[in-house]
Amino acid sequence: MLKIFEKGGKLYWLHSTADAFETFLNVPPTVTRSGAHVRDAIDLKRIIIIALIAAIPAALFGMWNVGYQHNLTLGDGRLQIPANFWYGFLKVLPIYIVTYVVGLAIEFGTAQIRGEEVNEGFLMTGFLIPLIIPVTTPLWMVGLATAFSVIFCKEVFGGTGMNIWNPALVARAFLFFSYPNQMSGANCWIARPGPDAVTGATPLALDGPAQYGTGFLDYFIGAVPGSVGETSTLCILLGAFLLIWTGVASWKIMAASIAGALAVGLVGDLTGVSAIPCYMHLVLGGFAFGTVFMATDPVTSCQTECGKWIYGFIIGALCVTVRLFNPGYAEGMMLAILLANTFAPLIDECVTSRHISKKNRQIPA
Amino acid sequence: MSNVIVLKNGLDIPMKGNAEPVTTKTVSPAVVAIQPTDFKGLSPRLMVKEGDAVLAGSPVIADKKNPDIILCSPVSGKVKEILRGDKRRLLAVLITPDDEQKYVDFKPANPEKLTADEIIPRLLQSGLWPWLVQRPYGIVADPAAKPRAIFVSAFDSAPLAADRDFTLGQELNAVQTGIKVLAKLTDGGVHVGLWEPTASSTPFHKLEDCVFHTFRGRHPAGNVGVQISHVAPIRKGDIVWTISLLGVAAIGRLFQTGKVNLRRKVAITGPMAINPSYVDAVPGMPMKSIAGYYGDAGCGVRIVSGNVLSGKAAGPEGFLGFFDDQVTILREGDEKELFGWLRPIRYKQFSTDHCYFSWLTPWRKYDLSTNLHGGPRAFIMNDSYYSKVLPMDIYPLFLTKACLAGDIDRMEKFGIYEVLPEDLALCEFVDPSKNNVQDIIAKGIDLMLKEMA
Repeated sequence: MLKIFEKGGKLYWLHSTADAFETFLNVPPTVTRSGAHVRDAIDLKRIIIIALIAAIPAALFGMWNVGYQHNLTLGDGRLQIPANFWYGFLKVLPIYIVTYVVGLAIEFGTAQIRGEEVNEGFLMTGFLIPLIIPVTTPLWMVGLATAFSVIFCKEVFGGTGMNIWNPALVARAFLFFSYPNQMSGANCWIARPGPDAVTGATPLALDGPAQYGTGFLDYFIGAVPGSVGETSTLCILLGAFLLIWTGVASWKIMAASIAGALAVGLVGDLTGVSAIPCYMHLVLGGFAFGTVFMATDPVTSCQTECGKWIYGFIIGALCVTVRLFNPGYAEGMMLAILLANTFAPLIDECVTSRHISKKNRQIPA
Repeated sequence: MSNVIVLKNGLDIPMKGNAEPVTTKTVSPAVVAIQPTDFKGLSPRLMVKEGDAVLAGSPVIADKKNPDIILCSPVSGKVKEILRGDKRRLLAVLITPDDEQKYVDFKPANPEKLTADEIIPRLLQSGLWPWLVQRPYGIVADPAAKPRAIFVSAFDSAPLAADRDFTLGQELNAVQTGIKVLAKLTDGGVHVGLWEPTASSTPFHKLEDCVFHTFRGRHPAGNVGVQISHVAPIRKGDIVWTISLLGVAAIGRLFQTGKVNLRRKVAITGPMAINPSYVDAVPGMPMKSIAGYYGDAGCGVRIVSGNVLSGKAAGPEGFLGFFDDQVTILREGDEKELFGWLRPIRYKQFSTDHCYFSWLTPWRKYDLSTNLHGGPRAFIMNDSYYSKVLPMDIYPLFLTKACLAGDIDRMEKFGIYEVLPEDLALCEFVDPSKNNVQDIIAKGIDLMLKEMA
């Protein structure tokens, strides 16, 4: 590091920032001081970058879809990959810029105040936030939500690794409850040329089977209205494969979440509560994106293997329960995950206590 | 033969520099150090002055809390210097050895004809008592305590560890005598852990007066703490003693010859070791006396007394630890690596994580250096990320966090009685957040010692 950033130097107050850029470029020359003399080559930067790469297909598809949906409402249903992508890219890019500038500024500032190294966690959070909100969200709202989530969901708890809830989802929840008009209903999901020119609707906001007529495959591929990154189950699956292959995210949570959704969906089908076949829940709305990228956040999910099954199942089951039984709010994934985040430590506590008391019983006193 | 206990979790770090099974040197050190810092829970009181003459087996340091526990000189000679650190903390007593070694004569004895009350004073007076380590907490054993059982691991699974079959196989008789001595100290028997691949070829499977347990698996399968947890886990109120096979042999020699003889074969290992092989040495030998194995006055290398996971960085001015029969020589990794974490493939780096690809080439050996490969962060990954390298029925991350919080109830619940820092060394190795897990556990154990005393 340059001398002025070191202790006693003029710019010492910027040392966390300088350090962040330095370690971004180079693996630092730090050596082990105590404990194990050699360490695994893995670090948090690598894990975050893998998670980020996993979300790229969904993001790229999402950008194209923004353009496609826009032109579709104008009556132009051609695929036009470069043109539609470019249109969407220009719409989404400002959201990314705002998210990263606001979030990283707060992150760098707090690291500076605490005298710690800057944590990479926000790179992932910041990548996810634009993907789970409607593309029409005003930029100042995006900034406000990001600031709220980074400060009140993360930094007050002590930074990345200490938070209880997934920061990206808290940003979305903030928007959802503070500005419901912009965040739900039929009008927010498509980048429109002007106010009230056309209206589209997210399928879950509609009631009755007729609207779901487009079928499983359409939703699986994802050229439908919705938040930027959530529509294409296919692209999300690509990311899921990478996450499972590298072990960055837990396949158990994903599997359990799918099982939970199918179970409640099936109950709904059999009792006639819902007219949607249970498997459709897997491709509709934010379920797939939430299951793969949000529920599996290692910080806020369950720590124990058994806990992961329970936690994942709760998410899937709650999500579909909200979808089926709550007419006022068509999408349940966000609240399902936040609620499961809240109970994750409790689930772990039950699992570990049960395990330990079982272990103690096996040993004769 | 007992049933094989299969340990699924664990990790053998593939390092270069395994020692060839030949003894290439007999070290005659210019000075030998007795380091009370090797013994946990011992508050040292000096029993010698500079200039005093000592024999091999003469008392040098006693424990303030229990003056019966003493450390003896491994060699005969003159006390050269007393090394002290901050606040006059006693670091080491340096002894210049005589050309010809003279021993205190403790008289040979047949352990089968002795009782525990006769054996314990012999072990205390000869300074071999501190070989016995008491669990929980890994402190020097309390002579007044009655252990539930005594555990010995007959193999070391740590990276590049010395092959005990080679170093002690010739001394089967001494080991056998040592086992007979230990068997008198407990009603629960002496439990010996064998490694399944060598269980039928190792000389130690012929030992008598002990119970065998055979283990299959990767490191830390050879850690005695892991073995205990699979044979009979330690609960609150239990006392169990453990002893290294080196200590068993030393006790055996004492009863066979009446002499304190701590000489042992020490494996010189590691990627930077020149001609990695075995040397014949005494504990407390200065690392300078094996300078031929690391060259260049130790520039840019780290000399570790013990294994690479839980050994102590001694440096060229340091000494071989009392319990150690391995020296690891590593490169100091104080270099930058441009875009290291961004490169798709880092061919020269080893990682168990599937974010890299070295797990696809399990046959490769690596030139590991001391680079931390990242900066310290809060714990991010799940408990299961750590438990896959810990073959014990505990939750490593929950235990570590309980220690961080200093929460004694939770530390008890998550198994602080069962572990020593060395058992969680691999959790520290794999941690992407680069926390010093062993330090955290050690602090937790210190807290337990203070609060539960």
